[in-house]
Amino acid sequence: MSDQNRGKKGDILLEMKDIVIDGYSDDRWHEIVKGVDVTLRRGEVMGLIGESGAGKSTLGLAAMGFARPGCRLTSGTIMFDGQDLMKTPEAKKRALRGSRIAYVAQSAAASFNPAHTLIDQTVESVIRHRIKSADEARKDARQLYADLQLPNPDHIGDRYPHQVSGGQLQRVMTAMAMSPRPDLIIFDEPTTALDVTTQVEVLASMRRIVEQFNTAAIYITHDLAVVAQMADVIKVLRYGVTIEDADTRSMLANPAKEYTRSLWSVRSIEKDEERSDDIILKVDGIDASYSGSEKVLDNVTIDVPRGHTVAIVGESGSGKSTAARAITGLLPPSKGQILYNGKPLPPALKDRSVDQLQNIQMIYQMADTAMNPRQTVRDIIGRPLEFYLKLRGRERDKRLMELIEMIELDESFIDRVPAEMSGGQKQRVCIARALAANPEVIICDEVTSALDQIVQKGILELLLRLQREFGLTYIFITHDIATVKAISDQIVVMLQGQVVEQGMKSEILSPPYPDYTHLLLSSVPEMDPDWLTGLLAKRKTEQAAG
Amino acid sequence: MHPIVRTILQRLGLGLVTLFVVSLILFSSIEFLPGDFGEAVLGQAALPETVAAFRKELGLDLPVHERYLDWLGGMLTGDMGNSFSGRGAGGGQDRSRAVIDLLAPRLANTLFLASMAAIISVPLALFLGITAALYRGSIYDRLVNACTLTTISFPEFFVAYILILIFSSFNQIFPSLANISPDATFWERVYLSALPAMTLTLVIVAHMMRMTRAAIISLMASPYIEMAELKGASKSEIILKHALPNAWAPIVTVIAFNLAYLVVGVVVVEVVFVYPGVGQLMVDAVRTRDVPVVQGCAMIFAATYILLNLFADVIAIITNPRLLHPR
Repeated sequence: MSDQNRGKKGDILLEMKDIVIDGYSDDRWHEIVKGVDVTLRRGEVMGLIGESGAGKSTLGLAAMGFARPGCRLTSGTIMFDGQDLMKTPEAKKRALRGSRIAYVAQSAAASFNPAHTLIDQTVESVIRHRIKSADEARKDARQLYADLQLPNPDHIGDRYPHQVSGGQLQRVMTAMAMSPRPDLIIFDEPTTALDVTTQVEVLASMRRIVEQFNTAAIYITHDLAVVAQMADVIKVLRYGVTIEDADTRSMLANPAKEYTRSLWSVRSIEKDEERSDDIILKVDGIDASYSGSEKVLDNVTIDVPRGHTVAIVGESGSGKSTAARAITGLLPPSKGQILYNGKPLPPALKDRSVDQLQNIQMIYQMADTAMNPRQTVRDIIGRPLEFYLKLRGRERDKRLMELIEMIELDESFIDRVPAEMSGGQKQRVCIARALAANPEVIICDEVTSALDQIVQKGILELLLRLQREFGLTYIFITHDIATVKAISDQIVVMLQGQVVEQGMKSEILSPPYPDYTHLLLSSVPEMDPDWLTGLLAKRKTEQAAG
Repeated sequence: MHPIVRTILQRLGLGLVTLFVVSLILFSSIEFLPGDFGEAVLGQAALPETVAAFRKELGLDLPVHERYLDWLGGMLTGDMGNSFSGRGAGGGQDRSRAVIDLLAPRLANTLFLASMAAIISVPLALFLGITAALYRGSIYDRLVNACTLTTISFPEFFVAYILILIFSSFNQIFPSLANISPDATFWERVYLSALPAMTLTLVIVAHMMRMTRAAIISLMASPYIEMAELKGASKSEIILKHALPNAWAPIVTVIAFNLAYLVVGVVVVEVVFVYPGVGQLMVDAVRTRDVPVVQGCAMIFAATYILLNLFADVIAIITNPRLLHPR
């Protein structure tokens, strides 16, 4: 498509009016989106924010005239450049998708077809819609890879999705969306699955390319700080209705609605750190590897003080979760030992006594996959009560109720299965399951990463309260610095299987930083819309200087 | 060495080990069978000395491990020993035949019938499975499912007799007897084998078709399928280009399983059509306690299974880009 018939910047490109979208669940149709209006001009980026279940993705997909299986576009008009997508036949909508409207999905790893090379998938829609010849399309794709600062742009396209990293895949997907030079791109939480250091690079390249081609975009996310960097205007959604519409700067400076302000305040919990020398668990110089390949943990030493929280931070692949697996005995270390109250624990899970197992419990990132989908809450929490505490019958049920209350749910949940609960409720049940064993130490592996910020806040507050009441010790694994601030006393920074830095929160989070800690901390998005621009400029000068 | 080549060689080695274990089990289980060939042939009235002499002639008096090694060595050089039948029949003459001579023409017939059934049924099953997935929930889908389920639900002999009734009694299109003579030409063979091949096709198509359909449909909820849809791909493009390449592993496993069945499990169909295949040979040999023939047939069946499963494994590996293109 040539530039002449693209229209001028500032013309209205997409106008959605009174959109109602239904979703099918519990044997009937419910309204998911209840009469939302969207107006998007050419070259403009709109941020769509809200907690999960607000209808953001559903609305974003509706801009392509698309409804997921189990959803239907019920009423309203979707005027895209003069045609109403509600009335357009499927074949004509297909002609628009992948040529004039493109989509960037949340999980790049799952959204690339494992059977085809990256470049074949990048140029697929361009060739299908006969926008360019195959050779031209490939040449252009390589240019886009270069524009997006992918390493080795001439050959990275010949690789398969599993051969490149998550951050690179997300950029290839942006190239894929950009290759037909669409008028509109829908970004659906494109950086949620990435860790902060990667996120910065991906955000920067996406922003640059959208500006370069003057493409309009809808940017869906639950992370305000991210949307502040990307969007010209912001729309806040909740339960399928618009809460607030404003341009980015004025909304950040002065949010009009209470709900919008509550989204802002999430990052504000902060625990006062306490020093303690009473070490309950000591990880002493351990090495570990999976099936004899290269070392994933290299001489890791961590001291965990009783009744306090140690946060282990680092990007994906730094060995955080492996450290947890070594402590629990799932992955016996090849060198070093783990001391519990001064006494060494047997390295392998199967050699540990029931008491030793009971003392250390674990909560996982994905509450969904950590629970048996066919079991009720009663079975899930009841099992450790029977196994560790030998509680039966009425005694067990009494304790069960206490636990349910502790996690701020009520007895109506007791016979639900995981599918009948929200993400936050499921994570609470997992917390109750860990608590049921009366442990001294709980390892929390990215327990809030899959949750949106308001739910995160609830879970963090719950964990803090439980720590105060029962003197629990937490080992908290996360890549999110806001979470670290909220919950930790001490911080351990990991990089490539080694501990880079270890100390009290206040020491780690204040200068002078070692290089890596600095990179990690400076990559955490801030609410300031100029943050990304400033950071990139600063890094550039730093690079030039040193 | 490319990891794929290494994996394939590994699988091949494992296959040989399996075959060796099968030979051990086979030999020893026949050893433990009650009854005695000598007595069976000569009758219970035979004098113990006669039986002993007869056993000596067949080499049955040697220790087990010697006989096993002798037999295994023969197998490796393509000599499966001599059939027991025809021996001791009288006059001290040895009218027995080499197992390989008995087996070879029968095996050729079996493989001919199996290939014919496979050439019809595999493409048919894939076509039906893919189109059923494409029009999932439609009348066509339901019709294909119902028909294939019906044919698989009837016993083979019943399907065979129904076909005979339709194609050779009511309409004299194909012969009901498929007693192929060794000097039949290719097209005569095709003509004679038509009904057995049709029977086998009806019996195995359902399994393969349903797996094809299920394997494709299970992928349709993947995010990359939604992505393809959002890139403007049509339904048929999505299934052929985006779902099918990722669905081969389970499909090929089921195909291999059914092909193995075509070689080793068709004795009922052979009996109905009087088709001179390996299945009948083995049943006859079991009845007459003709141990070398039973062992020869069983080894061929085992090798068929192992080879076809190996083939399925290899296809599954080379259609998996994670294995074909390691990081």
